Formats: sequence, C-alpha cells, structure tokens
Amino acid sequence: MDRKLPRSEAIGLGVLGLAGFIGLWEALSFLGIVPSQFLPSPFAVVSRFLHLFTEPFAGFTLLQHLGSSLLRYLYGVLLAAILGIPLGLAMGWFRLLDDIVTPIFNGLRFIAPIAWVPFAALWFGTGIGGPIMIIFAGAFPPCLINAYRGARFVEPRLIEAARMLGTGDRRILTEILLPASVPSIVAGVRVAAGLGWQSLVGAELIVASAGVGFMMVQAQASVQTTTVMAGMVAIGLTGLLIDVALRHGEVWLHHRLGLD
Amino acid sequence: MAAIRFDKVQKYFGRGDKRTQALSDIDLEIRDREFLAIVGPSGCGKTTCLRLVAGFEATSEGVVSVAGRPVTEPGPDRAVVFQQFALFPWKTVRGNIDLGLRNKGMGAEERMKRIADVLKLMNLETHADAFPHQLSGGMQQRVAIARAYVLDPEVLLMDEPFGALDAQTRVVMQEELVRLARVRPRTVLFITHAVDEAVYLADRIAVMTRRPGRIKEIIDIKSMREAEKWDRFERIEDVMDLDSFVHLRTRIWKSLREEKDG
Repeated sequence: MDRKLPRSEAIGLGVLGLAGFIGLWEALSFLGIVPSQFLPSPFAVVSRFLHLFTEPFAGFTLLQHLGSSLLRYLYGVLLAAILGIPLGLAMGWFRLLDDIVTPIFNGLRFIAPIAWVPFAALWFGTGIGGPIMIIFAGAFPPCLINAYRGARFVEPRLIEAARMLGTGDRRILTEILLPASVPSIVAGVRVAAGLGWQSLVGAELIVASAGVGFMMVQAQASVQTTTVMAGMVAIGLTGLLIDVALRHGEVWLHHRLGLD
Repeated sequence: MAAIRFDKVQKYFGRGDKRTQALSDIDLEIRDREFLAIVGPSGCGKTTCLRLVAGFEATSEGVVSVAGRPVTEPGPDRAVVFQQFALFPWKTVRGNIDLGLRNKGMGAEERMKRIADVLKLMNLETHADAFPHQLSGGMQQRVAIARAYVLDPEVLLMDEPFGALDAQTRVVMQEELVRLARVRPRTVLFITHAVDEAVYLADRIAVMTRRPGRIKEIIDIKSMREAEKWDRFERIEDVMDLDSFVHLRTRIWKSLREEKDG
C-alpha cells in the first residue's frame, strides 16, 4: 500500500467509484447495448427492491424472506461456533487430538459448502436441517482454525505459569487458552459470519418454503431477472450490515477486555 | 537434606549437528531455607538451571531433585517468579493469586484468608480487584511474588525477577525481598546478572562459566553478612557502602570478567 489518503478524500473516491459503476451499468442497459432481460437497469432493480418490501413474492415480502434467511443463518453460525471453538481449543492443547483431527479437517475444509447440498438434503432434509448444515459447512472452518491458532500461540510464559500453579487440563482450556484466544476467536467468528452468509443462497436452493435465496430461485424460474437482482442487492446489503455490526462488536470487546 | 540438588546434570539443546551443550556437569546443593543466587555471563545457562528445577525442561543426563524427589514436571511445590511477571491479564490480582489455591482444592474460606494474608504481606490490599495492566511494573511483580508465596512452596524460583523494572523500583523490590526473607524464610533459587543484587540478597552465590555453563565457584556471603552485621541497615545503599560488601562485589566481578573476556 502506498500513502494513506485523508478520510474525506477516501470517502469521495468511494462515492465516485460507486457512481461510475452504476453509471456504466445504467448506460449498458439504457443504450440497449445489453438487453434488459440479461441486465436489468439499476433503477429498475432499486424500484423492484423497494416494491418487494410491501408486495409479496413467492408467498412473502422481502423482509419475511430475509427473516427466515437470518434465522437459518443464525442457527448455522451458532452451531459452527459452539462446536468449532471448543474443538479448536482442545486441538491446540492436546497433541494427540491435533494429530488425529487435522488431516481429516484439512481434507474436508476445501470442499465448498455448496458441494454439500445433495447430502445435506439427503441427511438432514430440506426443512430446517439441510440448509443449516450448509451454512455450518461454510462457518465451521474459520471458527475451528482461529480457536486452534489462538490456543497454539498463547504466550508460552502464561502456560508455564499456569502449569507451575498446578493447573489441570480442563482449567488450562477454560481459564487460560480460551481467554487468551478471544481476539483470534472473535476474528474467526467474523470471518465465519461472512462465509456463512455467502453460503446462504446455496443453502436455500434446497429450501422449499421461504428465504431470500428461495425467492431468487423462484424468480429465476419465471425469468424475472429484476427480482433476482433485487435479491442479490438484499443479500449484499445484509451481509454488509452484519459485517459492520460485528466489526463494531469486535472493537467494543477489545476495548472491554483492555486489549487496545 | 538439600532442598534442591543438581546431580551430575548435563543439558543439550537440539539434535545431530545442531546439538549444543548448554550445561556441563552441574553439581549443586541448595540447603533448606537458603537463598542461593546464580550469576553468570549472558547465555551461560543460568536460566536453564532454574527451568530444570521448575520442570519446564528435562535434563539430558543427571538428576535434579527437590526435597529428595526427582523433578519430572512443573508443580506448585516449586513456585516460579518470571522476569516478565507472566500474570494472567484477564484475571484480577485476586484471581491471579487464587488460581493456585483453587488448583489445590482448597475451600473458599481458607482461600480468602490466605489471599488476604498475602495481599497484606505484599502491600497489595488496595489493589485486590485491579487487573494487571492497571498496575505499574513493580506492583505487577509484587502480585507475581504473592501468587508464588501464597502456595507455601518448598522452593521459590526467581528468574531475573527485577530485570524488567526501572532502577528505583528495583531497589524497592530488593529491600522488600530481604524483608520477606526475614518474615517468611523460604528456600530461594535466584537467577540474576546483577552482581550487586546477588551480593545484597543471597546467602551464597554460584558463579557460572561461559557456555557450556559449569559452576565455576561458590562464594559464601552469609558469614560475611552476619560478621559485619549488614542487617543493621535498612537501606540498600548503606549496605553497598560497606567495605565488606564492596570487597565481595569486586571479587565476583573479577570472576565474571574472566568469563566475559577469556
């Protein structure tokens, strides 16, 4: 990176970039260079997006679809955190567990969440279980990896201090490794939250009731490209909001723990 | 019986071509309630000696034993005070001191009593609920000493405990340690590179050679301290002015100097 721009200039450039992007997009569809079926104009997308708040599509309004998506997403990410963090910490402490689990985990984590769709549907059904498993597949690796790294890179003196105080394995995990790894774990959960949200559309390809992904699949079936794109906008914006919220949460937590 | 005993200890680090010898033929006995300081040029393996007693490292050959039992792993009978304090930043002063007692399975009432007692001993009463990062370096090291003392260990292992402190705080802590040694005598193994500090605090001083470290000589301080009644002075600078102190300090300096230059 070269020199850092002042904040006002950086914001100005960001707005300029966005305006250029939308202008180019609008020009492409307005001038008829690309047919609107292929690329709906930005204004059509925004107007459709706003309409979807009041006008149900595929049985629900956009907010209702978002609501079911978020619930599913929350379960998936929570499950990933509840299983991934303790397992990662334990792998960081018990060499044997590390040696057993790491090869399996390293093989599995390169399989994209969406590749699990057929088996997720087969094993956990298309109701609540299947989609949660796919979000889980996206969110689990960063939870585990960051807890593991956090535990492995704890200041060695602190572990020596704990051991000379006669601290057993269970307390080392909960009272030393866990609190020492909080910054790493929180960063991992943030990455997990992003990857989980990205896996959502894949997860909802197999859902037959509600959800933003489901809404998009329905729109695609009836070639309503504007609605598909409005769904994309909804996913992008929600993802952005989640990320901003978690960033603030992270800053707050660091401050709270006296880490900064 | 010796509180700490090194019996023909050898220590190597690394393997094959990269194998280097850190300690060579260490034979040393530290008596019960004795304060023994090890001084030596940097990298001579003095900290390794302490880590062997703590159980953080294993000997390559020979045995280190404490109260007659060979050391196999770290434990609360051998409390360590580290140079960088090594307090748990997410625990309060009380929480840091409490952990070792909880690990012993002690009841809440007894623990509270002991913590109150050691807080008073170390003049930390008003800081019981502070977190380490809210305290000065000297205060943090008091907490680390309290955390070690509260366990009532067979031996206290201090690894350059005042090395990270500024000069004034250092002097205060040295005087404090002398006071502690009078009120609650313990067997102490003290590692330092500061000769003044060693002469002021120790009963005996072991001087180590350059790497691979051997014990070069052991100098008795206690008989001089008692003969010259160093204890009649409260302040370290008064003790350091005495001819007997200067004499011992110079002697040890010369011995170390030979190692550095030689």
